[in-house]
Amino acid sequence: MTVGTAVTVAVTGMNALPDNPGPGLAVARCLREAYGDNIRIVGLSYDALDPGLYLHEYCDSAHLLSYPRNGAAAILARLVEIQMQEKIDVLIPCLDSELPVMVSLAPRLLEMGIRTFLPSAEQLERRAKDRLPELSEIAGVLCPQIHRLTSPGFFKTCEPEGWLYPLVVKGVFYDAKVVHNPEEATAVFNMIASQWGLPVIAQRFVAGEEYNLTAVGDGKGNLLGEVMMKKRAITAKGKAWVGIAIHDDALAATARRLASALNWKGPLEVEAMRDSKGRYQLIEINPRFPAWIYLSLGVGRNLPALLLELALGHATPPLSPPQPGTMFIRYAQETIIPLAAFEALMIDGKRTQPNLRILP
Amino acid sequence: MENLSIAQPPHPPIVSLSQRLTLCDSGFVFDPVTGNSSTVNPTGMAIIRQLQQNSNLKQAVTALQKNFKVQSRVAERDFIEFTNLLWNHFR
Repeated sequence: MTVGTAVTVAVTGMNALPDNPGPGLAVARCLREAYGDNIRIVGLSYDALDPGLYLHEYCDSAHLLSYPRNGAAAILARLVEIQMQEKIDVLIPCLDSELPVMVSLAPRLLEMGIRTFLPSAEQLERRAKDRLPELSEIAGVLCPQIHRLTSPGFFKTCEPEGWLYPLVVKGVFYDAKVVHNPEEATAVFNMIASQWGLPVIAQRFVAGEEYNLTAVGDGKGNLLGEVMMKKRAITAKGKAWVGIAIHDDALAATARRLASALNWKGPLEVEAMRDSKGRYQLIEINPRFPAWIYLSLGVGRNLPALLLELALGHATPPLSPPQPGTMFIRYAQETIIPLAAFEALMIDGKRTQPNLRILP
Repeated sequence: MENLSIAQPPHPPIVSLSQRLTLCDSGFVFDPVTGNSSTVNPTGMAIIRQLQQNSNLKQAVTALQKNFKVQSRVAERDFIEFTNLLWNHFR
C-alpha cells in the first residue's frame, strides 16, 4: 500500500448488528489490516448503541451524526464540528440512506479538506431500484420487471394483469420480502412504507440462487477488483452469515456492463439471481460496500484499501487473482464498555479516547 | 435421461462443468462458479476424473471396469447415472 504518512479516514455505518450489520465496521477492519497504525480511523454513526463506535481497535475515535432525514445542512454542520477535531482526509460513506446527502455534500466536503470517491447524483439515481429495468436495457443485462407503488391496491388487481404471486416487495433503500398473496403483500407494503417511505417497489420473483459481487468503479467505465460471493447461510433477515467466494466470468461481465453504462465511480454491490437457465438477472445495485466486504481482504483484494488509494489520487495497487472457495463465517461477540464511554457518546456525541479497561 | 451409445463422447456441457470442479482426494467437490459443494465416493471421484480428462464413454467405462472390477454394463450404468446426478447438482 502506498499511503506514506498517517492518513485520517472517516467511515460511516458502524451499526454492526448481528442479524443485519452495516458495512462500516468491516470497512474499518479492512483498512486497519492494510495500514496498521499508519491510519487513523474515525467511526461515524447515528446511534450511541452502534457497536462499532466502541471498538477502538478499529476506530481510534467515534462520533455521532445527525440522521439523513434531518437534511444535508444538519449533517454538514455536524461534519464541520467533527472536522475541526479530527482533520479527516477521506470519508467513506457506507449506508444507502445517507448516500444522496453525502453525494450532494461532496464538493463542500472537499473544500473542507475531506476527499470522497463517490458517484454523481445522476449515477446514483440511475441505479435506484425503481430504475433498474431502464438501466438494464441500456447495459444489455436481464432484470425482472418492477412496479413503483404509492398504494397497496395493486396487489389486489395484479394477477389478472399477469403479475402472479410470489412477488418481491421492496423499500427504496432497504428491505425486501417475498409475498405470496394480496393480504401478505399489503401488510409488507404498509410495514415498508412506514419505515422507509414511498414509493414501495413490486418486483417479479425470479426463482434461482442469489449471487453478489462487489467492486470499485473508477468513474471512467471500468470496474476494479471484482469479488464474488454466494451466501451459504443467512440470518433471519436474509443477510449472509456464511459466504463463499466464487468466480464466474458471466457475473463479472454483467457487472462490468452495468458499471460501464453508468460510468460508475465508487464502491458498489451487484445482487443478481442465477435463474434455472444459468442466466444472471439483476436484482439490485447498492452504491456502497456490502457488510461482507472483509471477504475482499480474505481473497487478496482489499477493496476498501483500493478505494482509499483512489480517493487519495494514488496509483492503484496490483490485485491478487480471484480465490474461489475462500469462505467467511460471521460471528457475534460482546465487547465490554465503561459507562463513561456510553455517556460520552450520549452527551457529547463522541468518543475520543480508547475505552478504559474495567478491572475486577 | 439422455440415451448415450457406447461410442458417444460424454455430453459436452457435463465435461465443461466437470472441468471447472475442484476435486479433492478426500472426495470433497467444490464448484468455483456456483459456490456449491458436495462429497462423492471413490466411484464418483473416478467418474469425475474421467470427465475432467475428457474421456469418452467407452474410455470411461473401460477405466471403471479396471479400477472397480465390475461388468461393462454396470460401469456404464453408474457412469450415466452419476453424470446425470452431477449435472443436476452443479449446473
